[in-house]
Amino acid sequence: MPYLTGSGDTRFGRLEGETTLTLMATATAAALEDAALERRDVDGLLCGYSTVFPHLMLATVFAEYFGLGPAYAHAIQLGGATGCAMAMLAMRLVQSGQCRHVLVAAGENRLTGQSRDRTVESLAQVGHPDFELPFGPTIPAYYALVARRYMHEHGVSEEDLAGFAVLMRRNAGRHPGAHLRDPIAVPDVLASRTIAAPLKLLDCCPISDGAAAFVVSATPTSARRVRLRGAAQASRHQHVSAADATVLGAGLAASRAFAEAGITREDVDLLAIYDSFTITVLAQLEEIGFAPRGKAAVLLREGAFEREGRLPLNTHGGLLSFGHCGVAGGMAHLLEAERQLSGRAAARQAGEPRLAFVHGDGGVLSAHVSLVLERE
Amino acid sequence: MSDASAAYFWAGCAAGELRYQRCSGCGRAQFHPRPFCAGCGGEPRWEVSAGRGTVYSLTTVARTPTPEFAALAPYDIALVDLDEGFRMMAHAEPGLAIGSRVRIGFHRLGERMLPRAERE
Repeated sequence: MPYLTGSGDTRFGRLEGETTLTLMATATAAALEDAALERRDVDGLLCGYSTVFPHLMLATVFAEYFGLGPAYAHAIQLGGATGCAMAMLAMRLVQSGQCRHVLVAAGENRLTGQSRDRTVESLAQVGHPDFELPFGPTIPAYYALVARRYMHEHGVSEEDLAGFAVLMRRNAGRHPGAHLRDPIAVPDVLASRTIAAPLKLLDCCPISDGAAAFVVSATPTSARRVRLRGAAQASRHQHVSAADATVLGAGLAASRAFAEAGITREDVDLLAIYDSFTITVLAQLEEIGFAPRGKAAVLLREGAFEREGRLPLNTHGGLLSFGHCGVAGGMAHLLEAERQLSGRAAARQAGEPRLAFVHGDGGVLSAHVSLVLERE
Repeated sequence: MSDASAAYFWAGCAAGELRYQRCSGCGRAQFHPRPFCAGCGGEPRWEVSAGRGTVYSLTTVARTPTPEFAALAPYDIALVDLDEGFRMMAHAEPGLAIGSRVRIGFHRLGERMLPRAERE
């Protein structure tokens, strides 16, 4: 049975003087210490990618740099879903007997390592090179196209979206490692400058530096008992011009993961759902069924997603406020779920959750990976 | 990434034609052109769209991806469902809404003639 035996990260934000490799090393050292493992214990290594340091073989580059000699190693590229996809593969590697301890690591100096213009331009490339990029879209524009249609079909307002940005900021305020911690209110979100209508600056996650790492093992290495109980994927499109704004794939991935875990949606105690934009988390909550269509913001206003609520959501502050440094940004959700399940979330601790649902999406809601984590 | 079929599409735009593919086997319309039908694997043939359709979604881009687009900003980008049964991205004239009936025209941007949704 695959256990999450250790995790580590850096704070997110502006981390001057760091590189992709130094950030990955810091998070990895913390994860190994947390798991009470040595370098020689790691027999599997999965890495993400870095837009600042593109390399064909990041996993073996990092293995050499950090001093690992894995029997199985490679990188994965699935956009924002990469972290959850690596967790799923680590789970399978352990289940199959291929590995005993799989280290998953990612980090990027995305904020200080390149200009914001360069990041915006490079991320836009997930669009279609021939039939989308000539029109000058950006990642926010792709999500804005989903947002406007979704709002039209399901009666969602800009205020509804803004509520999720406010919640993420409130949550980040309880995490010393979060990138953005100053409280905001709905009018601040609505008054922030337009990026791609209807999305405004505060509907969008920031660009951060940071790193995260975790270890998936065949047996526990400490007194903690958090295991990966289910994992699944779905993909229905790559490009927004081939997407259905209501059936994006999140619901399919989630139902497959619930089936593997042998649970139902109603059993879940805690949520960690990818939130690159406010629409991302709202649409996925509704598609998966944690809220009825068009009603996620109503549940939010009723307090359901607060730390004290029925379904605490992204208690670390999510991509929207904890920050987004690429692959590690999506891994932060998984780290937070583990900390909540193991009772280590400090000021953010949301009771004593037993089952957490973690979801990552990559591209324009193109690649979906759902995970079910359990405290035994 | 660009291939001959993309070049054929853009040559159509330069000539004022909106070209798309339809499968000669199953009849499915396909906008992103390929040497095969993504539905059934059959052989697609090129057709010319009448250019009439309905706005599926819209955004106004304020923060541009590159400095080249900054001169144009803010500009509207739409997803348009064409009456022939395919969806495409296009520029859009300001003030359209979801559900607006549009006709695809073309406007010059640099070397290209770009499809642009205009009120029908």
